[in-house]
Amino acid sequence: MTDYLLSSATELVAALEAGETTSVELTTLFLDRIAAVDGAVNAFLHVDREGALAQATASDERRAAGNPASALDGVPIAVKDVLATEGLPTTCGSKMLEGWIPPYDATVVARLKQAGLPILGKTNMDEFAMGSSTEHSAYGPTHNPWDLDRIPGGSGGGSAAAVAAFEAPLAIGTDTGGSIRQPGAVTGTVGVKPTYGGVSRYGLVAMANSLDQAGPVSRTVLDSALLHEVIGGHDPHDSTSIDQPVGALVEAARQGAGGDLSGLRVGVIKELGGDGYQPGVLARFQESLDLLVAAGAEVVEVSCPSFVHALAAYYLIMPSEASSNLAKFDAMRYGLRVVPEAAENGTQPSAEDVMRASRDAGFGDEVKRRIILGTYALSSGYYDAYYGQAQKVRTLISRDFDAAFEKADVLVSPTAPTTAFKLGEKLDDPVAMYLNDLATIPANLAGVPGISLPSGLADEDGLPAGFQVLAPALADDRLYRVGAALETLLEKKWGGPLLAQAPTLDGASA
Amino acid sequence: MSTDTLLSFEESLEKFDPAMGLEVHVELNTNTKMFCGCPAVFGGEPNTQVCPTCLGLPGAMPAVNAKAVESAMRIGLALNCEIAEWCRFARKNYFYPDMPKNFQTSQYDEPIAFEGYLDVELESGEIVRIDIERAHMEEDTGKSLHVGGATGRIHGADHSLVDYNRAGIPLIEIVTKPIMGSREKAPEIAKAYVAQLRELIVALGVSDARMDQGSIRADVNLSLAPIGTGELGTRTETKNVNSLRSVERAVRYEMQRHAAILSAGDAILQETRHWHEDTGITTSGRPKSDADDYRYFPEPDLVPVAPSREWVEELKGTLPELPREKRARLQKDWGFSDLEMRDTIGAGAFGLVEETIAAGAAPQAARKWWLSELARRANDTGTDIAELGVTPADVAAVQALVDAGSLNDKLARQVFDGLVAGEGTPEEIVAARGLAIVSDEGALGSAVDKAIAENPDVAEKIRDGKVAAAGALIGAVMKEMRGQADAGRVRELILEKLT
Repeated sequence: MTDYLLSSATELVAALEAGETTSVELTTLFLDRIAAVDGAVNAFLHVDREGALAQATASDERRAAGNPASALDGVPIAVKDVLATEGLPTTCGSKMLEGWIPPYDATVVARLKQAGLPILGKTNMDEFAMGSSTEHSAYGPTHNPWDLDRIPGGSGGGSAAAVAAFEAPLAIGTDTGGSIRQPGAVTGTVGVKPTYGGVSRYGLVAMANSLDQAGPVSRTVLDSALLHEVIGGHDPHDSTSIDQPVGALVEAARQGAGGDLSGLRVGVIKELGGDGYQPGVLARFQESLDLLVAAGAEVVEVSCPSFVHALAAYYLIMPSEASSNLAKFDAMRYGLRVVPEAAENGTQPSAEDVMRASRDAGFGDEVKRRIILGTYALSSGYYDAYYGQAQKVRTLISRDFDAAFEKADVLVSPTAPTTAFKLGEKLDDPVAMYLNDLATIPANLAGVPGISLPSGLADEDGLPAGFQVLAPALADDRLYRVGAALETLLEKKWGGPLLAQAPTLDGASA
Repeated sequence: MSTDTLLSFEESLEKFDPAMGLEVHVELNTNTKMFCGCPAVFGGEPNTQVCPTCLGLPGAMPAVNAKAVESAMRIGLALNCEIAEWCRFARKNYFYPDMPKNFQTSQYDEPIAFEGYLDVELESGEIVRIDIERAHMEEDTGKSLHVGGATGRIHGADHSLVDYNRAGIPLIEIVTKPIMGSREKAPEIAKAYVAQLRELIVALGVSDARMDQGSIRADVNLSLAPIGTGELGTRTETKNVNSLRSVERAVRYEMQRHAAILSAGDAILQETRHWHEDTGITTSGRPKSDADDYRYFPEPDLVPVAPSREWVEELKGTLPELPREKRARLQKDWGFSDLEMRDTIGAGAFGLVEETIAAGAAPQAARKWWLSELARRANDTGTDIAELGVTPADVAAVQALVDAGSLNDKLARQVFDGLVAGEGTPEEIVAARGLAIVSDEGALGSAVDKAIAENPDVAEKIRDGKVAAAGALIGAVMKEMRGQADAGRVRELILEKLT
């Protein structure tokens, strides 16, 4: 591997600015890396060599003219396959959308293009973002670069694995219950779920509209801040997007990298730790906490009693919204169409017959499971008991956050209870799979921002663990300040980035 | 087609009390659709007014059309409704091929306007207050065209085509509370309500309000209860009754049909019914029960609509005069008798007469042209009076020519012929057809001289003092002049020459 593959986006920009490399060279480098290792990792569902190189060429021309489009102009990126890309396949990891080519760009994608980031391709994911392991992709699982027999997290396992396997310096993920942060934790990468409404959802194929949020995936905290500033901000196409400037996130990250957290109050959430958490994960969490204290932060314990109901509320709200969102996949206008045989008496199949057959063939089991759950939860007579109650829990969780943020500037927890588990290990046990998102779901329910960054390798398996920082809504800058400070302190301890310890996959078969 | 047994209308009333509920869908005339920027105009080539949002493409999101919210609020205010301080859109989930998302974005338990009324005037002059339960915003569906079947309905069709141009057009659904105690007047009340609601919508300028094009659609809910019990019976919902006359007929038909079923001791099936304009009957649609489960929940892609009280007050100031009040005021201004007023409205010429008067014509003249001349032509050709090709400005221009003495009534009728034939403006037609009254004294004088010379016996009578005989000479002159002479002036000339 050359140095540029291992470089952060920030370092790549510096090299581009210094004229030491070009976007075409970098884009080619990553495309070649994808070609070399993705057969083993399966992070990409679609690679757009031609498109990426065309964008890179345009970027080089801009830079040569002294007119770069943004702070990341020329740095290639991978995009989760749940975001609509004009002219590029968008499958959401589902057979249902195999071959569908959107006629429009998601706002996030449009902003990436506008900012000059060549799009390498679309990354693998659990079907319609439903899962925590990327095993529910209709196109085969993504493998964790740290151990190819293990899951890369989910649903955005493709984006996280692409960045961890040095197939891309940056990626876009989406996070409904942890789908950016949990993959970040188990692959040793950084992932940020912005404040709900901070990044446009227009063009993001919704799983649960009130929870979904797109965000950055990267190898460093500063890189995420740079990317966040590119994709964030108000969008008139998304009524739920917040009409406020995205904030000085890069500045916060640079400030935090100084390593001084004097006066910062860090709240440890009592309910997110202890039973059910892997000892190695807890050990790395405690170690990081000690580093924050050493940097001047004050640690307090906070209690969020309603969090114990978060998973249950999430698994009512999310499937309810999803069941309605996925109704549009009916084979009438796009996507898979399965036409059943005519009946024995010669009756031709009706539109309803085609819908039924197509949905039966196009959706995987986990998607069907959630459609059934959601349809049930919204049914009259059950609505109050399920969807209605879940919304009340949601309010209580928001109140818990409000109370906790009275006592602390940021809240922290392990991102995921365990390190990466083996492929197939939890596939037949949906509830065990759902428990992966225990610590990440509350932030989605309350709309607050969160970051996961690597906290080190668990002693028992040598696999990455993640440290989660949560901040009040619209205070995303705190994530970057605290995240960058911790990253600096940890890297000092490790003697470099954690990913430097990851397998190089050089021998991986394509 | 129908095997329905009907009781007579009178018998139905002897045994039962009708209760009605009317649901009227109004398609707004906003420039763009409810949740996207596509044009909302009627009649485009199929599937040319579509985008990711109104096609329900994966990832696309709705954004509320503020103009549609304003129109909804103005309708609510004109119906004396409360305007919600805070309300949400909801998803109504069901599968249908012409509904792109397989849910309709509508409002459920939080309508933008609620608790109002409309005072409706019946033919007798009686005013009936119709209570409005709610007016809410929603989006229209696409339009299916079933090809290859005999009926145009989906059953038996070979295949179906869907046009999504209509998908996402803003709709306001206005729902009445149950209308009870209307007895034999139920059909008339239903018609009068829809007619006067339509007038109100027209006055507000928020919709084309064309029932024939479906921009106003009425659904009629009807049930019967044993007389005097005040109960609500099982209802049927007759969909898409697309003319005022049909509203009245549909109520009457369902009253008679229900009465026959209930009298036979059978139960009414709760269902939707299709109205057939041609045969004047309803047929069974699909069963519809209160347990129909649309799994409503708040639309998570949209933020709540929370109109400020200042905005509400501002919109109150934009409300037009109520059509009923306006009619009373204008009748007085114009000096029309009740009969004249009723005829004018009955002919569908009220607005046309109003505009003609506004363009300068005297009220009686305006009424005369529209109700005699133009209403007759409309009748003869089966055309809507407003679609004749004659505008209020044209009528006012013709009358101005009459007032100026350049046209008489007979010539004016020929100008209307020209207008209906599309020959141009009244002035152009007068010129092209050579219709102006001849006021050239020389030409008139020669014609008079000729008439005197050709009718010596008549001339003699006049010279002898029988002035009444002048009529015969006037007729001769008018014939010579092909009617294009001022008969009064001709008479003067004859008398000058002979007395």
